[in-house]
Amino acid sequence: MVNQSVLAGAGRHGGSIYRQWCGDMKIVVLLKEVPDTYGDRKLDLDSGIADRAASDALTDEVDERALELAITYADSHSDTEVVVVTMAPASAAVSMRKALAIGGTSVVHVADDRLAGADTGLTAEVLSAAVARAGYDLIIAGNVSTDGYGGVVPAMMAERLGIPQATNLEAVQIYPDHVEGKRATETGLYTVSAPLPALISVTEKLPEVRFAGFKGIMAAKKKPYESLSLDDLGVVVDDETAARSIVVAVAERPARTAGVIVVDEGTAGEQLADFLIQNRLV
Amino acid sequence: MSQNPILVFVETTPDGTVAKSAAGLLGAAAAIGEPTALIVTAPGLSAAAASAVAQLGAMRVLTVEDLRLTDTFIAPLVDALAAAFENVEPDAVLLSNSVDGRDLAARFAVRAGLALAVDAVALSRDEEGVVASHSVYGGAYNVDSAVTSGAFVVTVRQGAIDARAEAQEPVVESLTVAPSNTPAATITDFEPLISNATRPDLRGAAKVVSGGRGLQSAEKFVLVEELADSLGAAVGASRAAVDAGYVPQSYQVGQTGVSVSPQLYIALGISGAIQHRAGMQTAKTIVAINKDADAPIFQIADFGIVGDVFSVVPQLISSLESRKA
Repeated sequence: MVNQSVLAGAGRHGGSIYRQWCGDMKIVVLLKEVPDTYGDRKLDLDSGIADRAASDALTDEVDERALELAITYADSHSDTEVVVVTMAPASAAVSMRKALAIGGTSVVHVADDRLAGADTGLTAEVLSAAVARAGYDLIIAGNVSTDGYGGVVPAMMAERLGIPQATNLEAVQIYPDHVEGKRATETGLYTVSAPLPALISVTEKLPEVRFAGFKGIMAAKKKPYESLSLDDLGVVVDDETAARSIVVAVAERPARTAGVIVVDEGTAGEQLADFLIQNRLV
Repeated sequence: MSQNPILVFVETTPDGTVAKSAAGLLGAAAAIGEPTALIVTAPGLSAAAASAVAQLGAMRVLTVEDLRLTDTFIAPLVDALAAAFENVEPDAVLLSNSVDGRDLAARFAVRAGLALAVDAVALSRDEEGVVASHSVYGGAYNVDSAVTSGAFVVTVRQGAIDARAEAQEPVVESLTVAPSNTPAATITDFEPLISNATRPDLRGAAKVVSGGRGLQSAEKFVLVEELADSLGAAVGASRAAVDAGYVPQSYQVGQTGVSVSPQLYIALGISGAIQHRAGMQTAKTIVAINKDADAPIFQIADFGIVGDVFSVVPQLISSLESRKA
């Protein structure tokens, strides 16, 4: 199993053999910046693209848990590198610096205006190119983002990179040559195991991310931060032969308005029963 | 050849039972073309599943029996779907927006070089092809998507499609699949989820009663279940109630849990943070009971009660029961 994974890794990123034989581990964590779900989120009604100026942006919480998992492994394995990879507008640098302050080793930030409105397929293509360039033994992502709510980019990347995936894990054990986890689906709980190099995605069952200390914040300023464009990655956006999913219509739903509010003075339960019966809801 | 074939991947449990999502997927497919279903099972289990799927409206059923299914994660399904796609040449491929369905759709779309749309709540056709409709940002926006070229791969939200296809005489063909030998994860153990068969599933339920932090403890959360059972409703919860350990995560309604659109949604002791509202604000009628008059849930409630759930709900239950009698 070990030999197989080493060979599989060698074809894609030459550094892996060396790393695995020396016990080193390179973990890539995918971070996505999303609109804060505590505020109102807006879509641009002409393009159907997220209006990023309309809400505060922050790193998606589940992705921070992915980062915490990587850093926890690094805590007990000092020869571990944690590379944070994101595809986001340049303004996301603030969130990425925070990831470095928490314990990331370096950042690879793909920022390119041509990526506005990228579909899941293009996003997976860009991230795969960035991750392949950085090199990896293990890729960790959040299972589903809180904005797009797609949950498909990690598996798309695994297919592109030709590596096994273990997605939607609510418990994870990382070993030098493989990764194990509990995968929760609608039908039950699977225990899965994948040889490295591999990709996993984790759920919000994983521990919350730690706070960045003052030392971490100071150290983050000196850590490597690489900004890449599509040209650096050799990804072509306007390839007319590529099948893309596009928005053809977008409309805002009328906001709900409040109805009847009663303060309970001892009969509210009966009033609610009346309401349900009158509206044929029971 | 059939007209406008639509390929539907039907999920099955490890014992070969057809997933509940199949009826909605075949209903959606029948509205935009002729549904062909693909079933992948362990050896010996496909025949029963195939006739169940024909009953749900598949005009043609392709079956694959694969020994690898019990211990190899996702790869056998991707291989089977790729083979079925070549065989059927469909206009669209529909899968459930489940944990497995998303993974399969993602890998298949990349392998076949097709565009993918996720979490559709409706499907239609215009003159250029299949259109998927989505409800995004917790139902605040409706977005339609389409594909620039090729067949459209679409995952469909569970419980979103009410349409059902007419039952068909089973036309079943066994499909031969060449394994791709892509590196895959191994399944080493499986514990089936024990579902509460007496209550409706949260996804697709016509009525939902959810409880929040205001229920105070796992023991007292029983009140939510009592009201749900008296209404024949599914039981949900806010993330706060799940995080506090009152109920399992599978109960969670909201941004990071299940999205529901029932006829009636009753929120008990739930403040209504946007994360929660994102998963339920498309309900037809919303009722909220909360001690805090300023709770944001009241801004979207059709009927709100500022009061103590532990006195209002028992009164509601007994009032409903006395009028039923």
